[in-house]
Formats: sequence, C-alpha cells, structure tokens
Amino acid sequence: MVDSAVSQRIQQDIGDNDVVLFMKGSPVFPQCGFSATVVQILTHMGVKFKGIDVLTDPSLRQGVKDFSNWPTIPQLYVKGEFLGGCDIVREMFETGELQTEMESRGVTAEA
Amino acid sequence: MAMEAAEIKRLIQEALPDAEIAIEDLRGDGDHYAAYVASGAFEGKSRVQQHQIVYQALQGRMGGELHALALQTGLPGTLPTGNEE
Repeated sequence: MVDSAVSQRIQQDIGDNDVVLFMKGSPVFPQCGFSATVVQILTHMGVKFKGIDVLTDPSLRQGVKDFSNWPTIPQLYVKGEFLGGCDIVREMFETGELQTEMESRGVTAEA
Repeated sequence: MAMEAAEIKRLIQEALPDAEIAIEDLRGDGDHYAAYVASGAFEGKSRVQQHQIVYQALQGRMGGELHALALQTGLPGTLPTGNEE
C-alpha cells in the first residue's frame, strides 16, 4: 500500500514538471551507475528535467516503487507518465524512440 | 545476496512457459545479470508492461536479493541470439 502523503507528493512532482527523474543521488552527483546513465542521456539530449534524490527519503524510495509498480530506481516520468527505468530509457534512446516520444509529448530539447 | 542464473531462468520460465531466455552473468559475481526474454505473452504490451511481467515472475527478488538485472524483452524471434549462458 502506498503511503498517501508520499503518493500525493509523487503525483504533484510528475504533474508540475514535464520530465522527472527519480534517482539515487543528484543529477550533478549520481550515486548509482544506472541513475548516472539516464542523467547522461537526458543531458546529452538537452532535455531539462527535475532530478529527485530518493536516497534522502526512505518513504519516497519505497513509495515511488509502489507508485509505479516498478522495483528499481531510476524511474523516468514524462508528462506525468512512467516511461521506464534505465534499460528501457537506454534502449529507446538508441533506437531514437526517446527523442520521438519526447517531441510527440511536446517536450523540447535545448540545443 | 547473490542469485544463481539458473534460478532466475527457472522463475521466469515458470511464469512464461513459452519464453526463450538467455542470461548472462555480467561480472561473474552472481549479482549483475543481463537477461533477454522473448515470449508470446508480450504481444501487444508496452515495454514497461513486458518488464513488469518479468519482474512479477521474479516475485519481488528484483531490487532486493537480485541487485542488477539488465532486461531486454521482445516477441519470439526478435531477440539477439548467440548470447553466452
């Protein structure tokens, strides 16, 4: 069961920001290789995103897993929708789908 | 904390009897695996849903005793072949 306060917080974060990455560490200092990979991809694409460090809050760390029904961190949300973890984001980036997906949802990259 | 590749394969096979599965022990430490899973059950499912099916087969071990499983899923015949066991 998801703690409702945590769940509300997640809902608000992914509603208020076009691109949200729940990660371990911060975008500047990722604390895990998988989180670092997704940060690199988004940075490379020039996509602005909000990084949320789950290590600072144990209830969020578990809460976001319950919220998405996804067992691992990082987790990428675009326009409020869960897009995937590290494997899926990397696969989509390599095939060009990630760029298409972002554009189709109106998320523009800054060159 | 480590988990045997054979055990991972068994759990996935149990949930998805038709699945073609290849598992690679990436570092030889029994803790970092890559898995390729192809199954007819993935038909019409998004990538997120396909991965969720596999995670479900692993019954909560993913993110717990299984630290890292790089996952690639697809329909039968769409996955790279020749991966080492």
